[in-house]
Amino acid sequence: MKGYRLPEGGRIDRSARISFHWDEVVHSGFKGDTVASALLASGEWVIGRSFKYHRPRGIMSAGVEESGAIVSLWSGERRVTNVKATMAEICPGLEVFGQNAWPSVRRDFGAINDVLSRFFAAGFYYKTFFGITGRGTSEWMVFEEVIRRAAGMGRASDQPDPDDYEVVHDHCDVLVVGSGPSGLAAAEAAAGAGLDVILAEQDFEIGGSALTGLSGDIDGGAADAWCASRLAGLVASGGRVWTRTTAFGLYDHGVVGLIERVTDHRADAAGLPRERFRIVRAGRIILATGAIERPFAFGNNDRPGVMLAAATSAYVTRFGVAPGERVVLSTNNDSTYGVAAALAGAGLQTTLLDARSDLPEAAAETARAAGVDIRAGTIAVDVQGRTGVTSVLAGRHSAGGQATGGDRIDCDAIGVSGGWTPVMNLISHKGIRPVWNEDLASFVVDDPGIEPVTLVGAAAGQFSTPACIAAGHAAGEDAAKVLKGSRAAPLPRPDSGWQQPIAPVWEVSHPDRKLKCFVDPQHDVTTSDVRLAHREGYVSVEHMKRYTTLGMATDQGKMGNVIGLALMAEATGKTIPETGTTTFRPPYTPVSIGALAGDERGTHWRPTRHTPMRSEHERLGCVFTDAGFWRRSWYYPQGGEGLADAARREVVVVRSGVGMVDVSTLGKIMVQGPDATEFLNRVYSNPFAKLPVGKARYGLMLRDDGIVFDDGTTWRLSETDYFMTTTTANAGGVMLHLANLLQTRWPEMRVHITSVSDHWGGLAVAGPKARDVLDGACPDIDFSDDAFPFMGVRQGHLTTDVGEIPVMSARLSFSGEQAWEVMCPADYAPAMFRALEARLREAGGVPYGLEAMDCLRVEKGHVTGRELNGQTTAADMGLGGMVSKKKDFIGKVLLGRPELAREDRPTLVGLVPVSPNARFKAGSILFPPGEREGHGLGHVSSIADSPTVGSWIGLGFVTGGLAEWEGKVISAENPVDDQSVSVRVVSPHMFDPDGGRMHG
Amino acid sequence: MIRIRCPFCGLRDHSEFTYEGDATVTYPALDASEDAWFDAVFLRDNPRGPHREYWRHVGGCGAFIEVTRDTVTHEITETKLAHPGMAKTVESGT
Repeated sequence: MKGYRLPEGGRIDRSARISFHWDEVVHSGFKGDTVASALLASGEWVIGRSFKYHRPRGIMSAGVEESGAIVSLWSGERRVTNVKATMAEICPGLEVFGQNAWPSVRRDFGAINDVLSRFFAAGFYYKTFFGITGRGTSEWMVFEEVIRRAAGMGRASDQPDPDDYEVVHDHCDVLVVGSGPSGLAAAEAAAGAGLDVILAEQDFEIGGSALTGLSGDIDGGAADAWCASRLAGLVASGGRVWTRTTAFGLYDHGVVGLIERVTDHRADAAGLPRERFRIVRAGRIILATGAIERPFAFGNNDRPGVMLAAATSAYVTRFGVAPGERVVLSTNNDSTYGVAAALAGAGLQTTLLDARSDLPEAAAETARAAGVDIRAGTIAVDVQGRTGVTSVLAGRHSAGGQATGGDRIDCDAIGVSGGWTPVMNLISHKGIRPVWNEDLASFVVDDPGIEPVTLVGAAAGQFSTPACIAAGHAAGEDAAKVLKGSRAAPLPRPDSGWQQPIAPVWEVSHPDRKLKCFVDPQHDVTTSDVRLAHREGYVSVEHMKRYTTLGMATDQGKMGNVIGLALMAEATGKTIPETGTTTFRPPYTPVSIGALAGDERGTHWRPTRHTPMRSEHERLGCVFTDAGFWRRSWYYPQGGEGLADAARREVVVVRSGVGMVDVSTLGKIMVQGPDATEFLNRVYSNPFAKLPVGKARYGLMLRDDGIVFDDGTTWRLSETDYFMTTTTANAGGVMLHLANLLQTRWPEMRVHITSVSDHWGGLAVAGPKARDVLDGACPDIDFSDDAFPFMGVRQGHLTTDVGEIPVMSARLSFSGEQAWEVMCPADYAPAMFRALEARLREAGGVPYGLEAMDCLRVEKGHVTGRELNGQTTAADMGLGGMVSKKKDFIGKVLLGRPELAREDRPTLVGLVPVSPNARFKAGSILFPPGEREGHGLGHVSSIADSPTVGSWIGLGFVTGGLAEWEGKVISAENPVDDQSVSVRVVSPHMFDPDGGRMHG
Repeated sequence: MIRIRCPFCGLRDHSEFTYEGDATVTYPALDASEDAWFDAVFLRDNPRGPHREYWRHVGGCGAFIEVTRDTVTHEITETKLAHPGMAKTVESGT
């Protein structure tokens, strides 16, 4: 006999029938059903297959601890794997699939592993296959492939997730997690005290244990009516109620991560995110997370039809589903009496085996009155039936699980209760260790430390519903006192509320029987595996966990962990508290990566940074490239030109005539104040104290450790105003560095810095005819050599098609040609571009892009981030002359360290291939001729296709530098591409080494 | 996630801040000895318990903030502006 729908009862809506697919066969249930309750009502027993032995698995619980009914939902790109059927709501068209089985969970060929199970003890695969071949061999990799497939969980979709997810930020005074009687009482009390309250419930219904028949009647009325009344009170006080929302992680300072499942239960989901990741910052957190019933281990306790005792009444009371006509319950504690009464009340033939001889008389009397057959001092020993329970052997129980004799009781389902484990996962996330409580035979949290957290109800080890409600109410009021600063003392620890003490049972043994008892049914960990782990020397619980994989299945030990600990304690001869417990970490239940990512996909909301001249570049058909944070103009193709041809042409035009390049991406910082000069003099390695107004200077900035940090020019606009430029890549880093110095190291300096990178658009006009372009462009700036010398700075106006615009200009050169940088307010930048472009065209010039600019600077031996790579000193780059010996500056002292002053450090050289057609790559390792092993002499840092030199050229660092290698041939080795190119070492100034062109 | 009280902007998530190092380090004068600079740049204590450190409110006002944080519990007992002059001005409310 199998499960079936009861003619009446339950909180399902019998008028709303819902069809769904189970392994491609249509089934139906009612609104309010979970996949598990609907399948149970349809008489389906085998829902899953275990991980290793492929033993059939049925529904074992009615909650998050589910270890048997693990399924996949939906198909194709929306497939979700390893879902607990007990937590998934049915909705029209839902597709549910069994996992880890072929061809189906009912007829699974992998079950051959079960026949061979005595060979498959903990560590079997590793011992066997590593032993044969050794790890890392190709044979092991073949075995591993097969093993991993056999031990498959669900198969995840390999397609992009088509759904949207969102991240929501929330604040509240009090977050209550869990909506059972204690949580509802706490939330209502806190909201009633005027606090802003959020109540989060992982289920789709409010009520927790009140829905399952466990709590019995409350305040003399039906439990669900009591819940509805509390909920109404909470909402009336302004409380927010979130169902289908799991608090999966507790973080510092009252931050809680929650996942709300928005559309998985809806057929119509258009426009909604599938899930919401809610980040709540709460003043206080009340954890009313309840407790999870734990089984004890007995023979064949993994058979479909064996479930937790409370789950049987949850199916009867909440879903109107009987797990079978005849149910045997086996318990060691008081909680199962309410369960038994609920089953008997629904007309099921109910037998209750209590391992204890002393019964809780009041509860027993109620159960007997409902028709329950109670047998004191007995316990379930062994289950009969392969794909479904047919009977159970009930033995005489003495103590600690030791049973003798026994009667066979025919039944369809077995409910087992070995006690209750408070759900303390969230507080454990904060490193708060639970302590062992002998009276409850479980771990509890006594003191949440400094965390703004209160545990109430079953989560605190309290098991009488009236006491839980009182404690919840007190916790809600206490939260108000704490937040208002009027709390006198923390709440007292509650007592358990049991009538008779629990009789600890972890594993049943019987002198006449060899029992196969499961601790972690999903991962097929048996009690023998735990003992084997101990015999093989794994005495720490953390090691035992990893060796047996106990607690590492998708339920993360919610069902079996405590049993495993108890067995380990027994094996080592220690107590459970001495044995310790493993640490819970987020997430409490699985969280989809999509929800954590939310909208942070693709470009992650990063702004696309274009320079203010974008429209002009686009008008000219410019091709852009990503460079750091920026979209930069790369080259301006003419005709059918590609990158290489266009860049070469642009370089030739600059060297022979004139070109113009967008330099708006440079970092720009205003440095102002009475101490600005002294400040710059300290942060640059070269002198700035005597830079006159109207002049610019190239400066080198070092880190504290003496390595070069950044370079750029700084323009002195007045006695107290400097305009600093930085490299594009380091714009933010330099700003941070200067701010740090001014706010923490030298707060006495009267200097103000302002980032103006986005405020100014800039163009560099470069080439022998640069003056032809600029002469006459500005009515108030004279560009003649006498009036505007090299490194001069001038401010004035530029005539454009929108009128005269303010500009400032400095005569400086990155290309090695005579050149000026011209800056204007960013909004005028397109007008400046048009004005200078028109003059440029008259002079026969062209705009050039990043590729040509890079070639020009490589030809000239100017350094960029590829050379300022965080490992190089000024001297390494031939810039030793920029390190002042007369003044103090940042980095000076540690630059004197012997290692940085060594003569044989790799230094900057130019590289030209011996064969003019040869091409070599940046990153190649440079070796003396005939060698290609080891670290070599150095590496190639930059390369360029140089029309000026007539071949590919490079910059690189070579041990010994020019002094040792100039004119000699070395080898650029690129082992990745198996490429070897002979290159001649030359001066890095491969073009115009004396600088005559830019000064002229 | 920890939350840091910025003296200008109020209580904010730490994702708005960047960690800017140990606030107990006193940087020596620019002409101090190599040993003094070596200590300041490379040597750090790794204390268990309260510790002073700099955070910059980069997603807000940009201020450097000196935070006293317990490295075990993450409890933050004090935040103030790193710049003593600005800190004084903010405290006095003028």
